[in-house]
Amino acid sequence: MTSYLIRNARILGGEPQDLRLKDGVIAEIGTGLAGSGAADETVVEAEGLVLLPGLVDLHTHLREPGREDAETVLTGTKAAAKGGFTAVHAMANTFPVADTAGVVEQVWRLGRESGYCDVQPVGAVTVGLEGKQLAELGAMADSAAAVRVFSDDGKCVDDAVIMRRALEYVKAFGGVIAQHAQEPRLTAGAQMNEGTVSGELGLAGWPAVAEESIIARDVLLAAHVGSRLHVCHVSTAGSVEIIRWAKSKGWDVTAEVTPHHLLLTDELVRSYDPVYKVNPPLRTQADVLALREALADGTIDAVATDHAPHPSEDKDCEWAAAAMGMVGLETALSVVQQTMVDTGLMTWAEVAERMSHRPAAIGGLTGHGRPVSVDEPANLVLVDPAYRGTVNPDAFASRSRNTPYRGRDLPGRVVATFLRGEPTVLGGELV
Amino acid sequence: MKRHLISTADLSRDDALLILDTAEEMAQVSTRAVKKLPTLRGRTVVNLFFEDSTRTRTSFEVAEKRLSADVINFSAKGSSVSKGETLKDTALTLQAMGADAVVIRHGASGAPKRLAESDWLHGSVVNAGDGTHEHPTQALLDAFTMRRHLNPGRGHDLDGRRITIVGDVLHSRVARSNVHLLHTLGAQVTLVAPPTLMPFGVENWPCEISYDLDAALPKSDAVMMLRVQRERMNAAFFPTQREYSRRYGLDAARAGVLPDHAIVMHPGPMVRGMEIASEIADSARSTIVEQVANGVSVRMAVLYLLLGGSEPAIAPTSSVSTVSTVSTASTAGITEEPSK
Repeated sequence: MTSYLIRNARILGGEPQDLRLKDGVIAEIGTGLAGSGAADETVVEAEGLVLLPGLVDLHTHLREPGREDAETVLTGTKAAAKGGFTAVHAMANTFPVADTAGVVEQVWRLGRESGYCDVQPVGAVTVGLEGKQLAELGAMADSAAAVRVFSDDGKCVDDAVIMRRALEYVKAFGGVIAQHAQEPRLTAGAQMNEGTVSGELGLAGWPAVAEESIIARDVLLAAHVGSRLHVCHVSTAGSVEIIRWAKSKGWDVTAEVTPHHLLLTDELVRSYDPVYKVNPPLRTQADVLALREALADGTIDAVATDHAPHPSEDKDCEWAAAAMGMVGLETALSVVQQTMVDTGLMTWAEVAERMSHRPAAIGGLTGHGRPVSVDEPANLVLVDPAYRGTVNPDAFASRSRNTPYRGRDLPGRVVATFLRGEPTVLGGELV
Repeated sequence: MKRHLISTADLSRDDALLILDTAEEMAQVSTRAVKKLPTLRGRTVVNLFFEDSTRTRTSFEVAEKRLSADVINFSAKGSSVSKGETLKDTALTLQAMGADAVVIRHGASGAPKRLAESDWLHGSVVNAGDGTHEHPTQALLDAFTMRRHLNPGRGHDLDGRRITIVGDVLHSRVARSNVHLLHTLGAQVTLVAPPTLMPFGVENWPCEISYDLDAALPKSDAVMMLRVQRERMNAAFFPTQREYSRRYGLDAARAGVLPDHAIVMHPGPMVRGMEIASEIADSARSTIVEQVANGVSVRMAVLYLLLGGSEPAIAPTSSVSTVSTVSTASTAGITEEPSK
């Protein structure tokens, strides 16, 4: 097996050190490590680069099976590797829905075969995401995919009894329910954040209260039955307040935020360009600032991309006809650097916490989100924080191009990603 | 003038007055025995209607024909659109056929803006109503009608005139376009509706808000009643049709408190007995039928200005043969193409 000597990497943004990766683990860390002299050792010069544990995404849509025109597990994991991820969770809203052991095992196997990134399938909470009957959660947990995160993402488990039962049931195997918080009646036909902009544009509003009322109900339910709750893509200042309150009570509640909700606002919808159409919708600047603060202080545990690829025809149309969602894997770290690191709100060590350690812990992944220390799995990413570039979707590894950052200048670049000691990305390119 | 008419918010006061003044000239044409100008001869205008709207489509068609344009009516129903064709492909088709202007009515807010800002077609785009967003030519014909009654004369605006717009503001593209335009023209607009039918954030609009029609009427120079669509009636926006009518309908008693000079308007189609009593709709102060006639003049003006009219629509000599049909120095900023 090839070994790698990484020279002068700033581990978690600290002082430069060298690392030797061998046999899938970090074999040595030190200063001035000598080359082993072995013919199969590759030296990676990392001066000026920040080294982080491989990123872990709690929330992607890899679209396979069923929508291979938008993304496949292979193209999605390539995009993940380019974004610095070594593990991603794949949401269940595929065709067929990942609501049986068979489908989650298929997705898990496709991830293993891709070799670019570990894929941890998320199981549906209810059959067909219909919110009526619990899917066979135990069978998915016991399958080769060992599912621990369950979500009807894309739809809310809005029935309070079903939600309660799901929260209770998964305790038997250490599972967690990841809720897409969206009260359906308040958001029928919703097109964008309900606010001043929606009123002017004449687009049906998606009010913050539709998210916040479900989160409030769910944290109370989780507390009542003593279960774990994970809140997907928190998007409003009010949601942050509820989660902060729930955590202050000691309840087992975690939450994620997407990169786009840390940067973009509903003002962009004035263009009626559906590339800005996403669920939950882009909110206001006040929400953006509250989310940044919450991520910095730990109220929000993790950044998750909600990578949602769509073929061009699903965005090249009028707003109301367009699909909701944005790709995000290949730009996530840059957006986090711009919004959280370059603003001084978070250190690189905290980026590692929110994009690797915490999401791995929430998802129950034992081989990821580990400390950068000797004998730990060599799941690592090297980032060049000084890089400045313009987002060019045509260079994406993802099969889809629906990024809201086209033409936007973003800082930072993933130079190398290592999965169990082997590079999936080197010199900024897929290996 | 700009190249497209998407929103009245895009119109400066000068733009708006130019349209209204040009519409006055166009109105003269409609009084003649031969109601036709050669202005848009050889130009192709497509009426692209994704929603049924016989009134608006007919008004545009009359306007286009009076300007001698080649008119194509493209109705989405029964066409390739109902077979799943997208807006993009429809637009590409119209572009390939050489449309100089597309008048679009669409159920999705923002569809005309999408069309105008895409590279799908290169002609001018006129918004003939998009979802619950805007309906700029309706607002222009409303302003034209108001000016004729409240401050007649070319170059005049609506400075200080008090306009009350009543009804389903939330779902009304007419209200949105009117608020922008009337504000630009100096009018003081008051929106009256039950709170459930006010748009979110309406307090930030350049107008007053009231839930009380009776308080607004005595100080109104014009009152515009908006239709309440049937599908709203069972969606908890108000308890019953009768309660709505009692609180927000314009009946004879309410019309009686209007100032003598005040006019009563409605963009149509109206629901008699719901938002407006028949006797008021048919009364001397009603401009409802006049609005329809004015709609043709205003739409003629808009098409004329967008499609290259830099010179007066009608020469001072009133000789139609001198009317400019092509003008590369267009204030509308259109690159002139050879007639196809």
